[in-house]
Amino acid sequence: MEAQAEHVTTGDEASVHVRVWRGDSGGGQWHIYRVPVRRNQTVLDVVTWIQQNPAPDLAYRFACRVGVCGSCAMTVNGEPRWTCRTHVNRVLRDGQLSIAPLRNLPVVRDLVCDMTPFFDRWSEAGGGFVPGIDRHRPLPAIAPDTLARRAADAAIECINCAVCYAACDVVAWKRDFLGPAALNRAWSLVNDERDRGNRERLRAVSGDAGCHNCHSQQNCTQYCPNLLDPAGSIAGLKRTVMRAVLKGEF
Amino acid sequence: MPLGLYLLQRLSALVMAPLVLVHLGVIIYAVRSGLDAESLLGRTRGSVAWGLVYGSFVLAVSIHAAIGIRTVLHEWLRLKGPALEALTWALGLGLLVLGFRAVFAVTLA
Repeated sequence: MEAQAEHVTTGDEASVHVRVWRGDSGGGQWHIYRVPVRRNQTVLDVVTWIQQNPAPDLAYRFACRVGVCGSCAMTVNGEPRWTCRTHVNRVLRDGQLSIAPLRNLPVVRDLVCDMTPFFDRWSEAGGGFVPGIDRHRPLPAIAPDTLARRAADAAIECINCAVCYAACDVVAWKRDFLGPAALNRAWSLVNDERDRGNRERLRAVSGDAGCHNCHSQQNCTQYCPNLLDPAGSIAGLKRTVMRAVLKGEF
Repeated sequence: MPLGLYLLQRLSALVMAPLVLVHLGVIIYAVRSGLDAESLLGRTRGSVAWGLVYGSFVLAVSIHAAIGIRTVLHEWLRLKGPALEALTWALGLGLLVLGFRAVFAVTLA
């Protein structure tokens, strides 16, 4: 049975039964807190209340609190979410809430993950823009309504919160898999006519840890808080690589 | 998964798709028309066409299944390196031998 530590700090007022995973890379346990109910309360509000009241040493990460920065992603009742955009009353199960760090990433402490592997995959997938001109030449006009530009614009909205990476079962099974966010970024650049790095990028995304490992389960698309479609991006990369192979470019 | 194996698995799926339909059609026809084993073998023995249909079916299945199970072994059992390659080859060759044995029995024996 899982170890648990209970901290009951509220009186008679209506409260939520909250389990918070606390520990570090060596392991941890669930701690139980009673958190008073507030109107329009978000999961981030709950974590902040716990940190400001019974557990000042609770480690968690947030910045904007309004769904822009993507730094407050955690596992809420078993599902990866932005805690700042998740209202408690929409995710409560039998009046209970469990909050844990994101899956598939090493834990630094409590609810804070080390994002290094996530951004390493981003670089390995050729996520950096490769310019084709220098600052002395005029910028080319980019038509906004081409098929490629629309695909690039759709994928470029990713803010790298790692919710898709945590939701991906293939990442859980195969730790070197590039993952949905990195491949989505690569797809955005593959469709960017200003970029000149596609030859190397297509090699990077078609390696042993590349896009072909995706099983198209689409957890990434299901959980993306920005409503992006990383699974569609990965399918696009598979088609592009296949075309490159048929043209003899590999 | 190496790109070559991915392509090989898609290619083998392309071959398998129509052959699965042919195989299902043969089963339905044989059952509904009341053919017994003797009359079935009478039609398949010595037939180059049936030998080619089921021979290519067995080849495609052996490739497709071995690569698919390789992925399961790698992701769920964390197998890799020579152990993974050896098991994949063993599965593919095992299916190939068993399949060709059956094809041989109904077309050539």
